[in-house]
Amino acid sequence: MSFVRTQEKLKILADAAKYDVSCSSSGSKRNNANKGLGDATGMGICHSYTEDGRCVSLLKILLTNYCIFDCAYCVTRKSNDIKRAAFQVQEVVDLTINFYRRNYIEGLFLSSGIFKSADYTMERLVSIAKKLRLEENFNGYIHLKSIPGASDELMKEAGLYADRLSVNIEIPTKEGLAVLAPEKRREDFIKPMAKVKNEIIQYKSEMKIIKSTPKFAPAGQSTQMIIGASGESDQQIMWTSNYFYKKFNLKRVYYSGYIPISYDSRLPQIGTDVPMLRENRLYQTDWLMRFYGFEVEEILNNENQNLDLDVDPKLGWALRNLDQFPVNVNKADKRMLARVPGLGMKSVYKIIEARRFRMLNWEHIQRLGVALNRAKYFLECGTREYERRDLTAIQLKSLILQNSNSKYRTALGPQLNLFG
Amino acid sequence: MIHLKETTLLYDGTFDGFLTCVFEVFNLKLYQVTIIRKSRFQQSLFGVTLEITSDSQKANRVWHGLKKKLSNKGNSRLYYAFLSENPGVENHLLRYIQYAFKNQSPIDSDFTNNDVLKVAQIAKSVGREKHRMEAFVRFRLSKDNIYFATIEPDFDVLPLITKHFKSRYADQKWIIYDLARNYGISYNLETVNIITLDFPTDFDPIKTTEAFFASEEIEFQTLWQDYFNSTNIPSRKNLKLHVQHIPKRYWKLLSEKQVSV
Repeated sequence: MSFVRTQEKLKILADAAKYDVSCSSSGSKRNNANKGLGDATGMGICHSYTEDGRCVSLLKILLTNYCIFDCAYCVTRKSNDIKRAAFQVQEVVDLTINFYRRNYIEGLFLSSGIFKSADYTMERLVSIAKKLRLEENFNGYIHLKSIPGASDELMKEAGLYADRLSVNIEIPTKEGLAVLAPEKRREDFIKPMAKVKNEIIQYKSEMKIIKSTPKFAPAGQSTQMIIGASGESDQQIMWTSNYFYKKFNLKRVYYSGYIPISYDSRLPQIGTDVPMLRENRLYQTDWLMRFYGFEVEEILNNENQNLDLDVDPKLGWALRNLDQFPVNVNKADKRMLARVPGLGMKSVYKIIEARRFRMLNWEHIQRLGVALNRAKYFLECGTREYERRDLTAIQLKSLILQNSNSKYRTALGPQLNLFG
Repeated sequence: MIHLKETTLLYDGTFDGFLTCVFEVFNLKLYQVTIIRKSRFQQSLFGVTLEITSDSQKANRVWHGLKKKLSNKGNSRLYYAFLSENPGVENHLLRYIQYAFKNQSPIDSDFTNNDVLKVAQIAKSVGREKHRMEAFVRFRLSKDNIYFATIEPDFDVLPLITKHFKSRYADQKWIIYDLARNYGISYNLETVNIITLDFPTDFDPIKTTEAFFASEEIEFQTLWQDYFNSTNIPSRKNLKLHVQHIPKRYWKLLSEKQVSV
């Protein structure tokens, strides 16, 4: 491995890969059975964090940034005038192994620009994963990108070596996709996704009968959408997301605020802020759907097409449904406790465990770590102390906002700053 | 015989030593007790001071008794909280254990009890430190082909991370050394052993010098730094979040946070 050449390539191809958000390394079940290198069981580990606050868990690189497509939102589009590079198979293998041995990373996240054809590209990606598993005896985490349009046979092989597969649908609506990436069709994204989903189901059912069935993409599939590039509403984003979760059993959908990278008139211009607050609200909604028992229609529907930016989506829902509150801490079921603003799932479980011993009062709840500045308006403990005023949703919202400090205050603040 | 006077029990700082103290508290029917490690003890004017010698049989009796009284989670919280080495943690643990023995069913999720809550909170922060060390250990390949890392964790977490590193790096020799507590764990391709090292006078364990480390080591550190810088998105800069995830006290361990290798 020539150090200087690899160094140059690594800079280019890591830079090109950084817009892919996924860095998860959890959920796999690949243990180190053969005294080889690595172990991908249980929880993921973030080995470092970049200055933008994002985690570094995997070596996230492109195999090459040469690409035959010209998608407007992408840095590696054909018409963009940037430096191009391509790794050799052995270079990727050496980097992965040596970074892993030093405990820098949990594994490899390999994506690629599409050169020649979808199958040609997918074949290269698979060959690297295969080499890591079979020749290097590597049990770390491997995340491979499914190349849109890749054949079923290649997807099947990919699943045998990778822990996770992902294909990015990028634009939440079909119409948006037609404008920004006219050469791509949604069917091409969906085809490999459907194939992998079916294989996972099949391997799992075979595993029940024959224990030695090899693992197939044990950490499942994920996808990513760009937010704010095609003028879509939050409702369109989250309903699409919900569709993919349900229809393809996805483990994760990632939302990536569009980072302006070109002067193309179809897109927000360079200098436009990245919609980080909106992205945050979408992730909160995603969590409500996956862990808090909310249906997407409860949060986003034809009456409420976009999320409030100044309050989180759970509080927003509660303010629209004040008739369901207050909730009794000592009696309410898990489902209803999870709907109280200021209660996270950890607090919910702690409450359920602790109340078996005695009736909980306000002091108990506070010491458990509940955000009472929000929760106190929606809870009661069976005592006489609770919020008695018949507050309207608007009054409640302003009370809560007065007594809390959002880290996004500068992004939200309509008020003028007098000093500096 | 019942001692109503205040008693201070001294132990050697080991978990067995602590459990032996707990055994003696029950055995001698002590009521007003403080347990403290010998190295931290300052002569007190009042009450009785007893020095307790570690006794693994007594310690085991307490531990097995606890296994029947607490859930697995409750037991591991106890051990985690002990490893925090926080001043006074022994007394929370003692009251936690007494509360457990007094009750028929497990009390480890009674978070309205002050000691149960406190032990759970301390155990949580030790667990966090354990996880940080699994993330922030940076091995460097030495000239004699050993992957070597130094750490200075807030708590004594080496016993907790041994299994993780053993199952992960099964095919390479490695050492993780706790500079603050001056001991380390070393894996020789078969077993993990506890070691103490005397560093040569010209050896700075933080620096990667060519005298002690393999030549390719410096190249890989450079590549890792390049990767770390290239994967950052400047237009999303958020230093507050960055420091929240990697507090500054850990920066000296991380090769990517050094200005130059």
